[in-house]
This record gives sequence, C-alpha cells and structure tokens, in this order.
Amino acid sequence: MKSPSCLPLEAAKVICVSESPIDAGAALSQFQKAAATSGGIVSFTGNVRGTSAQGSVTTLHLQSYSPLTEQGIERAAQTARDRWPLDHITILHRTGDMRPGDTIVFVAAASAHRRAAFEAADFLMDYLKTEAVFWKKETTSEGAAWIEPRAEDYQDNARWANTETT
Amino acid sequence: MASLLYFGKLVELTHSPQETIDLPPTLGTTHDLRKWLDNRFETEGAFLESTIRIAINNQVVTEPQAIGQTDEIAFMPPVGGG
Repeated sequence: MKSPSCLPLEAAKVICVSESPIDAGAALSQFQKAAATSGGIVSFTGNVRGTSAQGSVTTLHLQSYSPLTEQGIERAAQTARDRWPLDHITILHRTGDMRPGDTIVFVAAASAHRRAAFEAADFLMDYLKTEAVFWKKETTSEGAAWIEPRAEDYQDNARWANTETT
Repeated sequence: MASLLYFGKLVELTHSPQETIDLPPTLGTTHDLRKWLDNRFETEGAFLESTIRIAINNQVVTEPQAIGQTDEIAFMPPVGGG
C-alpha cells in the first residue's frame, strides 16, 4: 500500500517516512519557497548506490517501525532546533523497495546564516545513519544481506556529543 | 496474547515478521523471553545478543524488564537508515 505523498513542505518542521518515491528536486524547490527569506538553505539528498562492497546492487529494502521511527526523528529534529537557530527543517525518508538511483533520504535546513544550516543538516544525517529506527536489506549480484551502520557512521555521529555550537 | 515483532536480520531466523502468541506464564522478563525464543527458533544465541534491543509497547526498554501477556514486544537489531 502506498502512503500519501509527503509534499507540500510548508510547515516549519516536516518529518515524513513513506513508501512513496521522493522527488528531491521538487522537495528542494518547495522547501526554498517555504524558507525563501531565511538567508541560508542547506539540503542533502541520499540515493541508493549502484555498487556496494558486495557487488552490483539490484534492490535496497528499508523497514521502519512506526511510530518509534517517527518519534525518534522528531526528537532529533527538536534537538537540532534547540541547538541551532533554524527557521525550517524537512526530513523525508523512504521505506520499502528501492532501486539504484532512487532517493532514500532528503534533509533540508534553513537558517539566517549558513553555518547553522550546514551543521543542522549534517547532524540530522548522522542521526539518520546510526540511530534512526530503520533496517536495510541490500540485494546484490552476490545475494541479499542486512546492512548495519559502519564504524565510520558511529564516529561521525559521536562528533555531536560534546561540541558546543554557539 | 502478546505480539512479537522481529525486525531486520531476525526475520531470516524467525521466517515471519510477527506473531501473536500466548507466552508461557513462566516467562517473567525480557531475559526469560530471549532464552525461550532462542531455544524455540534454534538460533544459537542470536536472540541473546546485546546488540538486539527490545521495545515494549513502542518504548525501548532497559533490561531485564517485566513482560505482560498483552504486550507488543519488538526485537530490534542495530538500526540505521540514510
């Protein structure tokens, strides 16, 4: 069953986990309209890779656990808002079956100045890679395997534990 | 009846993402349940791994935690999306 589209992105905070395809271009375009007067907008788009360490990727399957997944992302978004002066945040995340080139995740942050927007988007992506409640199964030419975060992902996320951002 | 949910790689061991089941009354805690499931699915310790976290009724719990007959109990391997 398809979930409804996550668009439009007018609210100051949009969090959407859905099986519907993400059109990152359309998402950014809408986000830019909503945050037109913010000064600085940073967005990140994560796509399914065509090759992995295991070989050439045919499909990526993502599982979530509602409402735990959404609640966790909500908390991370709130942490970002507490930490940086953000006007707008959007987090779109796919579940279900995807193919190489499909967008898995779209994160955008808008603030009066660039640094806050860069850091908030980076922080949210590190959360999504290591703590967000998703499970990923990758099918390649060599077979299927469940993927867990890499050590580098955990190290990236740990950067935010003790840093002040004033 | 309790609902048991198995996420990620655990589905390969249980061959089903969820089941509704009468738990034996002797199972008082998450620790008892892990051992019982590990025997039941013959998973050679997979259910005992500390990297598998448990959520009861949508709350990740600190273990051991008491379990009830009507709980939704989810077994969660390491997570990560993006």
